Amino acid sequence: MNEVYDVIVVGGGVVGCGTARELMRHTARVLLLEKTNDICNGQSKANTAIIHGGYDAMPGTLKAKFNVLGNAMFDRLHEELDVPVEWNTSLVVSFSLEDHPALEKLLEQGIQNGVRGELRIIDEAELRRREPNVGSEAKEALLVGAGGIVCPYELTVAYAENAAENGAEFRRNAEVTEVKKLDNGRWQVVSTAGTFETRAVVNAAGTYADVLNNMVSARKVHIRPRRGEYYILDKKYKDVFHATMFQLPTKMGKGILVAPTVDGTVLVGPTAEDIDDKEDKRTTAEGLEKALRGASRTWEHIPTRGFITTFSGLRATGDTGDFILGEAEDAPLFFNCCAIESPGLSSAPAIAQWTAERVAERLDLQPNPAFDPIRKAIPKFREMSDEARAAAIAADPDFGKIVCRCETVTEAEIRESIRRPVGARDVDGVKRRTRAGMGRCQAGFCTPRTVEILAEELGISPLEVTKFGGDSRLLQGYLFEEGKDHA
Amino acid sequence: MRNTDILIIGGGPAGLAAAVGAYEAGARDILILDREERLGGILKQCIHNGFGLHTFQEELTGPEYAERFIRQVEALSIPYETETMVLDVSPDKVVTCVSRTRGLEHIKAKAVILCMGCRERPRGSLGTPGERCPGVYTAGTAQKFTNLEGMMPGKEVVILGSGDIGLIMARRMTFLGAKVHACVELMPYSSGLKRNIVQCLDDFNIPLLLSHTVVDIRGREHLEGVTVAEVGPDLKPIPGTEKDFPCDTLLLSVGLIPENELSEMAGVKIAPSTSGAVVDEQLQTSVPGIFSAGNVLHVHDLVDFVSEEAKKAGANAWRYVQDQLPQGGRKVPVEMGFGVGGIVPQFVSEKAEGTVSFMFRPRNVYRNARVIVEMNGKEILSKRTMILAPGEMVNLSLPAQKLQGLDKADSILIRIEVPQA
Repeated sequence: MNEVYDVIVVGGGVVGCGTARELMRHTARVLLLEKTNDICNGQSKANTAIIHGGYDAMPGTLKAKFNVLGNAMFDRLHEELDVPVEWNTSLVVSFSLEDHPALEKLLEQGIQNGVRGELRIIDEAELRRREPNVGSEAKEALLVGAGGIVCPYELTVAYAENAAENGAEFRRNAEVTEVKKLDNGRWQVVSTAGTFETRAVVNAAGTYADVLNNMVSARKVHIRPRRGEYYILDKKYKDVFHATMFQLPTKMGKGILVAPTVDGTVLVGPTAEDIDDKEDKRTTAEGLEKALRGASRTWEHIPTRGFITTFSGLRATGDTGDFILGEAEDAPLFFNCCAIESPGLSSAPAIAQWTAERVAERLDLQPNPAFDPIRKAIPKFREMSDEARAAAIAADPDFGKIVCRCETVTEAEIRESIRRPVGARDVDGVKRRTRAGMGRCQAGFCTPRTVEILAEELGISPLEVTKFGGDSRLLQGYLFEEGKDHA
Repeated sequence: MRNTDILIIGGGPAGLAAAVGAYEAGARDILILDREERLGGILKQCIHNGFGLHTFQEELTGPEYAERFIRQVEALSIPYETETMVLDVSPDKVVTCVSRTRGLEHIKAKAVILCMGCRERPRGSLGTPGERCPGVYTAGTAQKFTNLEGMMPGKEVVILGSGDIGLIMARRMTFLGAKVHACVELMPYSSGLKRNIVQCLDDFNIPLLLSHTVVDIRGREHLEGVTVAEVGPDLKPIPGTEKDFPCDTLLLSVGLIPENELSEMAGVKIAPSTSGAVVDEQLQTSVPGIFSAGNVLHVHDLVDFVSEEAKKAGANAWRYVQDQLPQGGRKVPVEMGFGVGGIVPQFVSEKAEGTVSFMFRPRNVYRNARVIVEMNGKEILSKRTMILAPGEMVNLSLPAQKLQGLDKADSILIRIEVPQA
């Protein structure tokens, strides 16, 4: 006997988790299926962490519409879900006065798209007053007051936790292998974690959203990953730039960003390279070189000794140039959130809300009077006052044990990240939820202790602890027979 | 708020010796804070021998060496608090720390000795391209797994970098049944001690590939192999020289970084050449009453020299507390000439008393070179050496009489002179 759900959301990224949360505003049985060992494991964890103003997309596109709508929702998300959001403004820097018309065009586009807040071109003097460290060739810039930054992992995790607290179910390591229409009119979803029946399906499968769509719809979608490579700089450099520094796209390329993050580190990237393999998240010598060279127009003499790590992310780039949203025409009650590339993170809150509303409408779901929109973040010891710290340790002595020195993450935070609904179950999951291991030593000191805590909390051997699920175990064996007894 | 005369941050080899040094000089109100469960710092996991040849004239393991100092600290009843993490040090020497048992505390000290040690450079800082899979560890993390936790990261090993911990781990992993395929070093010379290259690589036929680096890291869910290529004089990989090494473990030994985050909070000036505090010959930093010693000051090769340096810092901290340390006056800068890197101290007080010792790291390998010290352009010391290498720190002592006229000097210059071909 199959379990029957109202909605199955496929994909545990920001769009999937957001949609699951928004669905819980209605009385519905919701299940989210995630292919990997944890939520927030694809695009949502590897991007530029920006809230775009909304000037960039062509007027009339879904990208333009949802970017502007999504942008306006972040303050409320900050309030409700306790997610760090900062309105640091964006600056689109031009390096030649000849490009002034292009800057004007962006401004025009922004006005047409309905970008809120301040939107104007600033001259070199104002640019340098705001950003004294901008490169010597910089000439002018488009100032976007509605440009902000957000922690993409915390947003995704917060959505998932709040969804779960309101009754949504989550299955991880649940790769969907088949979706088909049953005679009773419902969808059957076959996954590696079991087979389920549901009235509606939401396709938020990221770079695999085409595969899922193409299982049920004759209107084929094609997603080709576009890889972006990045450097991360130590938080020591957090004050070099205040705004998110874009470069005006020219015929020479889209430009590389220098982007402060809410955690104080600085991102340099991304590159853009179309690739065929949906799992190819390598960094390459050429890509990293390109990112560095490109960014050096904005930030001359980038201190390479400040690099703490590199990463790459895959954008789910579709073949229409726009998001593909809504119920598939030839597959009733199958809702697409396809090709969500940039400005995907900025649009995600609006996409999630809009999709949930469409689903609710079609299924005639009733409002859920018990829905609680509030989720509290794991208390961050590093951000507490001395008084708050003293109180936290008094209440739970594990706050007095710093596990990650670089980011000042305590044992209490790590344990809570595992115990929470949809909690961490591998080292990377702990890292995304607490920042343990994200600092300048890149987990050199805290890895052994994090492995121990995970093993304790999950009731498994340290040898079974993985970095990100699957076969990604950190340790291969015990040295001594007696070691096994301690486990 | 608690008070103490001398507060020592870190209970590793430097902190322990600093405490003993302060006690022997006369201090009685001393407190050591350490973040780990037990004293000893990194020595706890350094279970190989070779420690203590200078200090104790015998070969000890790391834990044995630490134990000698811990026993002394205990015999002298010097208080210490473990599992206590210092979060902040203010310029007026108020230390904020937390622990499970005592909660959050502020401790006001008359003098502070910074003994926080160093950390390893991670992969990310190298920008080595490839996958971000498990199986890539710094040598010290792997050392902690094998020596303290009794667990094995893998069986087929490649080591990137030839720092001492990497060399030691090459031997250790071999002893534990792993196959170490190669030790890959970017530079044309090793950054480790000669004795470690002989005893840890040569004795086990582990090839040391100089002027090579890792250019790709492969493996989706777990490390499967690395690609190694030769580098040219510009340190860039030479196309066509790539060679694949299947392995499940890549250990990094690519440099150590002094952990000076607390020092910077206290307003201590940091020297770019050492990444440690700028100090004078008393090991006093730019903030009066704050001293620095051991690997947080500059990365040492031998723990014996850490102990020696820290004892001195301890004694000077006590002199500071008693107002016996000459304060003020002009500080004469110590300049690094040809071939000299990472000099400590960076300044010598014009009123310096007794023997002044300098330590530095040669920038390259020099044979039959002379180390020369000049004051006001005049040679005051010249020392012939057989071989100088970046892996071996140079220790120079200048007796007081050599420094006569220091009060009128503009600078002291230390340089290396290589014989003309």
